[in-house]
Order: sequence, then C-alpha cells, then structure tokens
Amino acid sequence: MKVTLFATCIVDMFQSNVGKATVELLERLGCEIDFPESQVCCGQPSYNSGYVKETKEAMKRMINTFIDAEYIVSPSGSCITMFHEYQHIFKGDPVWEPKAKRLAEKSFELTQFIVDVLKIEDVGARFEGSVTYHTSCHMTRLLGVKKAPMILLSNVKGLKFTELPGKEQCCGFGGTFAVKMAQISEQMVDEKVRHVEETGAEYLIGADVACLMNIGGRIDRVGKPIKVMHIAEVLNSR
Amino acid sequence: MSMKISTDQFKERVDKGIHDDFMRGAVAGAQDGMGVKRRVATEELGNWEEWRSHGEEIRQHVLENLDYYLEQLSENVAKRGGNVFFAQTKEEANEYIRGVVKKKEAKKIVKSKSMVTEEISLNAMLEQEGCEVIETDLGEYILQIDDNDPPSHIVVPALHKNKEQIREVFTEKLGYTKTSKPEELAWHARQMLRKEYLSADIGITGCNFAVAETGSFSLVTNEGNADLVTALPKTQITVMGMERLVPTFEEMEVLVSLLTRSAVGQKLTSYITVLTGPKEALDVDGPEEFHLVIVDNGRSKILGGEFQSVLQCIRCAACINVCPVYRHVGGHSYGSIYSGPIGAVLSPLLGGYDEFKELPYASTLCGACTEVCPVKIPLHNLLHKHREVIVEKEGKAPISEKLLMKAFGLGAASPLMYKLGSKMAPAAMNPFTVGEKITKGPGPLKAWTDIRDFPAPNKERFRDWFKNREKGGK
Repeated sequence: MKVTLFATCIVDMFQSNVGKATVELLERLGCEIDFPESQVCCGQPSYNSGYVKETKEAMKRMINTFIDAEYIVSPSGSCITMFHEYQHIFKGDPVWEPKAKRLAEKSFELTQFIVDVLKIEDVGARFEGSVTYHTSCHMTRLLGVKKAPMILLSNVKGLKFTELPGKEQCCGFGGTFAVKMAQISEQMVDEKVRHVEETGAEYLIGADVACLMNIGGRIDRVGKPIKVMHIAEVLNSR
Repeated sequence: MSMKISTDQFKERVDKGIHDDFMRGAVAGAQDGMGVKRRVATEELGNWEEWRSHGEEIRQHVLENLDYYLEQLSENVAKRGGNVFFAQTKEEANEYIRGVVKKKEAKKIVKSKSMVTEEISLNAMLEQEGCEVIETDLGEYILQIDDNDPPSHIVVPALHKNKEQIREVFTEKLGYTKTSKPEELAWHARQMLRKEYLSADIGITGCNFAVAETGSFSLVTNEGNADLVTALPKTQITVMGMERLVPTFEEMEVLVSLLTRSAVGQKLTSYITVLTGPKEALDVDGPEEFHLVIVDNGRSKILGGEFQSVLQCIRCAACINVCPVYRHVGGHSYGSIYSGPIGAVLSPLLGGYDEFKELPYASTLCGACTEVCPVKIPLHNLLHKHREVIVEKEGKAPISEKLLMKAFGLGAASPLMYKLGSKMAPAAMNPFTVGEKITKGPGPLKAWTDIRDFPAPNKERFRDWFKNREKGGK
C-alpha cells in the first residue's frame, strides 16, 4: 500500500524522531512511504488566529501537494483534522472545495490509518514501562478518533497502562493561545502535568506532537521525571 | 448591573481570577461534579445525539420563523388579557417597565432569576425610581446583599462563593447568627424572603421558554421562588430575550429535557412553572395584571448573519461547565454577565468588540463546548469566526501580529521559503539553545519559554533524513 506522509512542520523541524518512527513503523506494516518535498505547514497557526485569507495560499499549496496521493497519513491528529477542515474553509469555491473534499477523504491520522485502513490492531511492538495517554482535543472531538490509539496501545507487550484523570481536558496548547494567553495556558498545562504525575506513570504518550511539545516543555521546565513520547515511537519499539 | 461587569482590563481580571484559590477550587469541583451528573443524565436517555439533533432543529426552525412566532405569541398573550411590549433597545425595555412601576406606584419588587434583566440593567433603573428590589433566587439573593457582586455563572450565579463566605455576608448584612450549614443558611434566606413576597407590589421574572401557540411562558427552577413571584404580587412583568420561544408545548417538553439534563444533570428540576396571562375569574391566585416585555437589544442584528446559531442557546451552561479556560479563570474574568464559551461568543455581539475583543481568544478551540451543547451550537467555530472578523473586518489585530501572520502565510505557502527558513532555524536559534532545549526564547517565543522549554530545531530535519535514506537505500 502506498502512503504519502504528511510529516507536519513541527516533526520536520523539531521532532524528526517522530517522523522516523512513523516511517519505520508503516514500512514494517507493509506500506511504501513517499514524502513530497513541497509540503509545508497545514496553516493552523495563522488560520486559528483569524487570518483566513492569508492562510488560503498555504492550504492550496498543501492540497496540490497531496491531491494525487492514495493515502495521506500524519502522526498528528490536529494537523490532519486541519486537512479535513479545508473543505469547510473553501465552501462555495467551485475549484477548491471539491479538491479539498478529495483531500479529506484520503487523509488519516496514523493510529486511525493502522486500525481502520490497514485493519491491524497489534503492530507487534514491545515496550517495557508504565504509561499514560493524553487524548488530544482535535483528534478526539473533531476528527472523532478515540479508540484506535487505545486498541494499539493495549496490544503492546510489556506496556503497563494507567488512564489519565481528566483525560479529555485540553492541555492548554491551542496554537497561538499558548503565547497569547500564556497566563491561562500555564494554569491549564500545570493541571495536566499534575494529572500525569498522579498516575505514577514513567511515560506520557500522545498522538499529537503539538500537545506533547506543550506538556513536555512544562514537564522539563518544572523538572518532573516523566518522559514524553509520541505513540509512533512506542509502536515502533520492539 | 449591565452586561459589562468590570472596568478592569482583561489581563487584570484574569490575574485576579487565577489568584483566587477558593474560586478555582469551587469551579473545578463544580465542573467535575456537574460533568458527571450531566453525563449520567444524558446517557440514560440512550439516544442523546438524536435528542440534540431534535433540539437543534426546533431552535433553528424558531429562528427561521421568528417573526411569525413572535406575532403569534403576542396575539395569544393579548387574547388572554396580557400586555405585550416589544423593546428594540434596553432603554426602551426599561422605559416601559418604569411606566408600569409608576402607574402602579410600586415600592417593592420581587424578582426571580433572569439573565436578560441583568443584561438591560433593570435593577439599577428600578432602584433609581426609588423601588426596593429583592432577588429571590438564593444565588442571586446572596450576590445582591453582598453589594451587588456580579454573577459568575449563568445558572449558578454565586458559584464563586463558599458557605463560609456566604455566612459572613449573611452575618454582616442580615444579622445572621447561626452556622455555615447550607440548610441553616437557606432557611434564614427563606424566612427573610417569605415576607417580601407577601408585601411586594410587582413580581418580575425572566422566561425560559414562551409558547407561541398558547401565549404561555415557562420558568425552570429548583427553589420554587418563581412560583411565589408569579402567584403573590398583583402585577407581574415577564422579561424575555426575543429568541426564547417555542411553537407549542410539544417542543417545550423537548427543550426543557435538554435544558435540565444539560444544566444540572436532572431529569427535571423541582419546579417547571407555566403561566398564561393574568388571573382569571376562577383562579385562586396569580397576578391581576400581566406584562410581557420582549427584548431585542441587538439580537435582530445577529439574526440572518454568520453568528445566528448563537441564538439557539437555551442558557443551560453545559459549555461553561466543561470549559478548561473558565475552569482556571472563573466567570468574572470574562467581564460580562455572560461568561464561558457562550459568553465569549455572545458578549462581543451584544456589547461590541471594543469591550469584549479578548474573549474570542480566551479559548484553545478545544471543542469541549461544542461537544456538549444540547442544541448543537458550533461554539468553537463561532469563536474562530469572531477572530476572523476581528482580523479581517474590524482590523483590530495588533500590527506586530499581522506582520508575523503575513510572513507566516508567505513562508508556509512557499516551499522554497519554508525550506530555507527551516534549514536556517538551528543556526538562528543557536544562541538561545542549551543542549536540546531553548529556555529563553526571543520575540514571540518568549511568552512560550517563560513557562515551558521549547525544543531546539533538529540539526538534521526530518526531510533531510528521509532524502539521505532514499539515496543510500534502506
């Protein structure tokens, strides 16, 4: 199966380890990976701040980059949710709305792709450690992917899972919210870190790099001994 | 009180909220408690999503045919001997009510809970007229005797106060001598209020839903105070937002179920009061005179526009009870009587962007509000829509942000610029990098690194790794 990887700008620039794990994992599951060089950012930072006109060029660029793919897969729930949003943003546009619809139909978040498209529930991973999992808002509420990451984690050998209290609560990232409303964001991420601590888990796992960058950044700042990992890295462990 | 409840700047209000440990504990506790109750009450129906869709349909249908139903309601209220006044502005609403007060030479007025009367600053006008105004909803009563402390929640107005604080207020203002046991406090308030109902000249209520077909209106309460407000005084004035109506009792039943389950996790509240016109010949109680004041106050401007769905709101506060921002800053931080996600959408529409421009940004767009809304208002989309309007139509975004976003738009749209930018990033960030972290970032990064570490850009970008790997074979 041919998979076109939408790595996301955060992974490309800051978390290349997540991109590598995604490629290795999908290859192991029998996929052939393609990475179009012309991919940029999905446009969320400016779109979510209200700069819709300014963002449309970036969106068009992304649509053109990915439109001929068989499957588009991304290790970020939020960025792939944005791909699904494009069709609403271009609503009424005779050229771009249909294109955006086509894009959405073949866009999948990594765990969603593995469970729903590849129909694999056990990727054969082994990971020794106690973990908890943060359910990212856009991935669960807007994209509707709730079960896939749980199914995959439950089949990882050696992994000890504890549910995160208040798991459905936002971590306080929210794109530019994290800097624009830094004071509020700090309170939100602090509560999230407290909840992670309460589980006693060694690892916090998530399927969205942005949330992990936020929670992980706070964990590091306050010096908690909790390691943060993307679910692709856990599923790629053997 | 008007819609605006503070002259402090947004940042100061938030700062106050964040440092109010008690309030934050109370809000978090209430959110967690009500969250569970709401989930149980909605799940036990078995087909909650169908209920939500039905609620949405009813509300949309009413808004699409609002002129028709308002006319039908007015005719039917008049047929039953009531008076109807349509107020385009809050001044018109107050003026009409002032006229009734003067004609009746009213001195004492009892009120049941109503957000719309807060919105139009009714109490201030009544007090100016020399009337004694008594709020009879326990929460509102507590706030009123505490020098008109503003409500911090649309359903639980005194959410920010604990029983000790309430005892202090009662002791200072009412000469209360007992303990902070809620039963004792409530009993005292009840004693104080009972005599007020009996001696009031006018009763004023809000309106949960008016029923167009019969000219009735309903009140949803847990304390029974609205029953007394509507049964004892000789004159009754009901004030309603112009969108708060349903075609028939059939739709009212659906919306009341959605409301009570979403608001407090109850199948029904203790009292659902439905009243139609003034007292008739065989009635034992009820007002001799009935006035319905229908308030527009900016609502018709929202109708037909991109924010119309906000008028679907049935004021259940489910969105407030799940909002992670409200959780940490509390209701007063919003600076409006309408707080939380619904307040952040509604306040700029009714009160203007100048007063409430920060509110649409006080959200991570996490979508928790949209997920629980019983009438499916896409709240987080409307918050985003506000941002778009602020940036593109109102031109109110800061210039530095505009430049940054323009640059971002250009950079993101051009693979070449993106590639160059991302390639240069490690060198550019080098002076700020310690190991693999940036702990003191420049420019816009500073606000991030004041709180959290930021990862240093990878020396080898993912795309370089991928390319090298392809070249070198697997």
